Amino acid sequence: MIQTSSPKVLIQGSIFGIVFGFLLQKGGVAKYHVLIGQLLLEDFTVLKVMMSAVLVGSIGIHFMHRAGLVELHIKPTRYASNMIGGLVFGVGFALSAYCPGTGAAALGQGNYDALAMIFGMLAGSYLFAEASSWIARKIDPLGDRGKLTLDKWLPGSRTVVVFGTAIVICGMLVAVEFLCVQ
Amino acid sequence: MFETVRPMMLFTEVDSLQYSGSAWSPYLVGGLIGVLSMLTFYVSDKPIGASTAYARVAGMIGLLVVPKHTRSLKYFKDNPPTLGWELMLVIAVVVGGLIAAWTGDELTGQYLPAMWQDRFGEESYLLRTVVAFAGGILMAFGSRVAGGCTSGHGISGTLQLAVGSWVSAICFFIGGVVTAMLMFAI
Repeated sequence: MIQTSSPKVLIQGSIFGIVFGFLLQKGGVAKYHVLIGQLLLEDFTVLKVMMSAVLVGSIGIHFMHRAGLVELHIKPTRYASNMIGGLVFGVGFALSAYCPGTGAAALGQGNYDALAMIFGMLAGSYLFAEASSWIARKIDPLGDRGKLTLDKWLPGSRTVVVFGTAIVICGMLVAVEFLCVQ
Repeated sequence: MFETVRPMMLFTEVDSLQYSGSAWSPYLVGGLIGVLSMLTFYVSDKPIGASTAYARVAGMIGLLVVPKHTRSLKYFKDNPPTLGWELMLVIAVVVGGLIAAWTGDELTGQYLPAMWQDRFGEESYLLRTVVAFAGGILMAFGSRVAGGCTSGHGISGTLQLAVGSWVSAICFFIGGVVTAMLMFAI
């Protein structure tokens, strides 16, 4: 009844998932107080992990794409949906102090309250599906810009924008280090 | 287990930095997640994302309980609940988290996080369950409306310079900071 991908795809997903979960736990982002600490602007571990990942990944994937090694998977920009969904997500993010990825790592770490978050995620996903037709008709078209990327928005080629973004991220990380010395 | 929270236990001052931090440097971990993203694009032609896995399971449960209705919903028509890469990724994240915590001697093995207990009481099981469950509902709904979560938009989308992903990621933090401040800083 339920379709299953090929064993190769399932094994690849599992291996990448183990590594991802391992890294999330080692990075401390599976811990309740680290996530809440970020949202209270006291502990910047989450920002450091995310921005370092974006720094390395953006440069790496840009050049792999230029070399024809990978395809990009750009999600559509829909201003209303991105902002409304983003803010709703943010409220849930603070309430549970886990996100869909780090919550799974937190469960592995032994934070059993992540199970309550996981059941909530299942309920919330089904609720969204109930509303999906209405949201697609009424909300998604508001400010729909398609697969918009920063390089179409800013002057300069994609390579210039990738390096510009990298410089901004480095500046942000340096600022966080200087502002948050205990 | 489900005792009421004693009022004087509420609103205790807590400091998030008094608890253990990350085992490895966050810069090293972030850099390695960046490399992992490159590998998932190259090997599996997929960006890392977590929230869709939950939607797949929700759809599977829907197909078991109310098959006809579930099949009629737009989201599940467009995204059939398959057992695929995304779902295996999130199931395996649990295993990866277990291995990391076990090797680093950081297994917690408890329901209530220490900082939560210090703020909301030692025995606040019911409150935590309700709050975490509500948080899950809002995160799933929000990430489906926005098109991704902290992984799909926050890392995979932003690193491809997608404008909608940057907008979403900034909104995740705006919503999160305001809510966390209301929960902890008042």
